[in-house]
Amino acid sequence: MEIVRKLRNIAPSAKAPKPNPTRKTIKKDLKKNWFVYLLAIPVVAWFLVFCYGPMWGVLIAFKDYKPLLGFAESDWVGFKHFIDFFQGPYFWRVIKNTLLLNVWGIVFGFTAPIILALMLNEIRDGKFKKSVQTITYMPHFISLVVVCGIIHIFTADEGVVTQVLQWITGKDYTSLLGYSSFFRPIYTFSGIWQNIGWDSIIYLAAMSSIDPALYEAAEIDGIGRIKKMWYITLPQITPIIVILFIFAIGGLMASGYEKIILLYNPLTYDTADVIASYVYRRGLREASLSFSTAVGLFSAVINFALLWATNRVARRTSEVSLW
Amino acid sequence: MVEKGMALSGRKKLRSRHWKPKTTGDRVFDAMNYTLLTAITLICFYPLLHILLASVSNPNALMAHSGILLKPLGFTLDGYKLVFKDNSLLVGYKNTIIYVGLGTLINMVMTIMGAFVLSRKDLYFKNFIMILITITMFFGGGLIPWFLLMKDIYLYNNLWAMILPTALSTWNIIILRTSFQALPAELEEAATIDGASQAAILVRVILPLSKATLAVIFLYYLVGNWNSWFNAMVLLKDRELFPLQLLMKEILVANDSTATTIGSAGGVVIDSAQSSTAFRELVKYCAIVVSTVPILVVYPFLQKYFVKGVYVGSIKG
Repeated sequence: MEIVRKLRNIAPSAKAPKPNPTRKTIKKDLKKNWFVYLLAIPVVAWFLVFCYGPMWGVLIAFKDYKPLLGFAESDWVGFKHFIDFFQGPYFWRVIKNTLLLNVWGIVFGFTAPIILALMLNEIRDGKFKKSVQTITYMPHFISLVVVCGIIHIFTADEGVVTQVLQWITGKDYTSLLGYSSFFRPIYTFSGIWQNIGWDSIIYLAAMSSIDPALYEAAEIDGIGRIKKMWYITLPQITPIIVILFIFAIGGLMASGYEKIILLYNPLTYDTADVIASYVYRRGLREASLSFSTAVGLFSAVINFALLWATNRVARRTSEVSLW
Repeated sequence: MVEKGMALSGRKKLRSRHWKPKTTGDRVFDAMNYTLLTAITLICFYPLLHILLASVSNPNALMAHSGILLKPLGFTLDGYKLVFKDNSLLVGYKNTIIYVGLGTLINMVMTIMGAFVLSRKDLYFKNFIMILITITMFFGGGLIPWFLLMKDIYLYNNLWAMILPTALSTWNIIILRTSFQALPAELEEAATIDGASQAAILVRVILPLSKATLAVIFLYYLVGNWNSWFNAMVLLKDRELFPLQLLMKEILVANDSTATTIGSAGGVVIDSAQSSTAFRELVKYCAIVVSTVPILVVYPFLQKYFVKGVYVGSIKG
C-alpha cells in the first residue's frame, strides 16, 4: 500500500510538469493577467481585421476578380496583371514620376527643416525664436484639403504665386496647375511651406541636448559661428538625420495619393501621376480591381526592399539603423 | 523634458560666462540670420493672412484684384452669411463634430488598452502581440483590398465607416507604451502590495502619471480626425453623411467631376452671373476660415506638448 501510494504520488507530480510545462505557465499567466488579456482582445481583433484582413485580399492580384462572382468563383490568372502593368503604356511614367517627386522631396523638402533648425538654434532672443516657431508650425495643422484649396487659389490665373512668377519671368501664365512642368515644384514647395516648422522640431530637440562644453571649447579656440554650426551642431545631430534619411530613401517609391489627387488633373498626369494615384484611379474610379491591386502589391514589395537595403547600408556605414 | 530644460539654461549660463564682444562676422551673421528667418516666417504666415483678408473683402473688388493683399478690399460679412445659411455645410460641420468626438474617444480608449498590454513585463503572449503589431508598420494589403474588405464587413456608407477603420494608429500605441514603460516600477509594486488590481493600477497610477503623452496623442488623433477626408470620399455615398472636409474638397478643388453647389443656392439674392462667380469665390475664402479656425484655436494651448510628443516618438520608434 505504502509503495503504491508513493508511486501514485510520485507518478503524477513527475509526469504533470514534464509533458506540458508551457500549458501550466499559460494557465497561470491567464489567471494572473486576465484583465490585461481582456484589454488585448479588441486591440488584437482590430489589427487582425483592419490590417491583416486586407493582406489576404491581396490574393485578388492573381485572380480576375469580379465582384459579382465573389472571391472564390473568380478565375486565377497568375501574373497576368503584373505583366499587363509592366508592358502597359503608363508603367515608366508612374515609376519615373514617383521617383522624381520623392527625389525633389529629399533634395528640398528633407534639407529645408534642417536648415531652419540650424538657423533657429543660433537665435539667442527667446521671444523672436518662439514667435518664429509658433507661426511656422501653424500650417502643419491645416487640413490637406484646405492646403490644396489654398494652392489652387494662389496658383490660379490671378493668384499671388502666378503674379509673382509673371513679374519675375516676364511671361504670361494661366493657372499654374495646368502646366505639367510646374507640378513638381508646386507639390514640393507647398509641402515645405506646410511642414518646415513642424519637421524642424525634432532637429531642434536633438540640438538642445548637445553638450555645451563642445561649444565652450570652440569659443575659447576662437572658432566662428558658421564653423561651429558645421563642425559641432551638424555632426551632433547626424544620427537623427540618418534615421530620417533612411525613412526618406526607403520611401522613394512610395508616395501618398491624397495630396496628388487633390492637385493633379488630366493636363498634368505626365508629371503628376504616381503609382499610388494610378492605383486609386484605376481601382476605385475605373473598377479594375485586380489590376490595381497587382500594381499596389508591386510597389509595396519594391518599397520594402528599398527600406531594407537602405537600412543595411546605414548600419554598415554609420552604425545607425532602424533595426 | 526637465533634463532638456536644464541643459538649455546650463548652456546659456556657460555662454554668458565666456561671453565675448561680438565681432563684425558675428554681426553680419546675426543680421542675415534674423532677416532670413523673418522672411521665412512671413512666407509661412502670408497665405493665412491673405485668406482671412479676402474672406471679408467685397467680392467684386476681389475678383478685379490680383496679387498681394495687405488690407481687406472694402468690408463685408456676406460670404460668412452665405456659409452659415448653407445647409449642407452646417450638416457637414455637425457630422465632423460627431466623427471627431466619437472617433477620438474610441482612439484614446483603444490606444490606452494597446499600450497598457504592451507595457506589461510578465505577459506570456506579449512578444506575439508585439510582432503582430510591428508587422503592420511595414506591410499592408493596399488600397483596393482594404476597400473591398470595408464593403464586405458593412463599413460602407454609415457612421461606423468613419470611426472603426481609423480606430488605432500603431505609431501612437508605441509612443504611449514607451511613456508607460518609463514610469518607475516601484509605484506599481507598491500599489500591488496594497492590493490594487491591474485595472486600478492602470486607472489610478499609470494614466494620471502619463498626462503629457496622453495630451500629445489626443492632439494627433483629434487633428487627424478633423482633417480626414479620403476615407469619407471612398466609403460614404450619401451627402447627409459627408464630413466638413469632403464638402470643402468639393468647394475648393474642382478638378473632379463634382461641381460646387454652394453660393448659387444660398439665400442671398445674386444679381448677375458675374457677381455669382464673385460670391462663389468669396465663399471659398470664408469656408476655409470657418473650417480651419477650430483647429488653429486648439493649437496654441497644446503647443507646449508638441516637442515632447515628437521627441518621445523619435527615441523609441
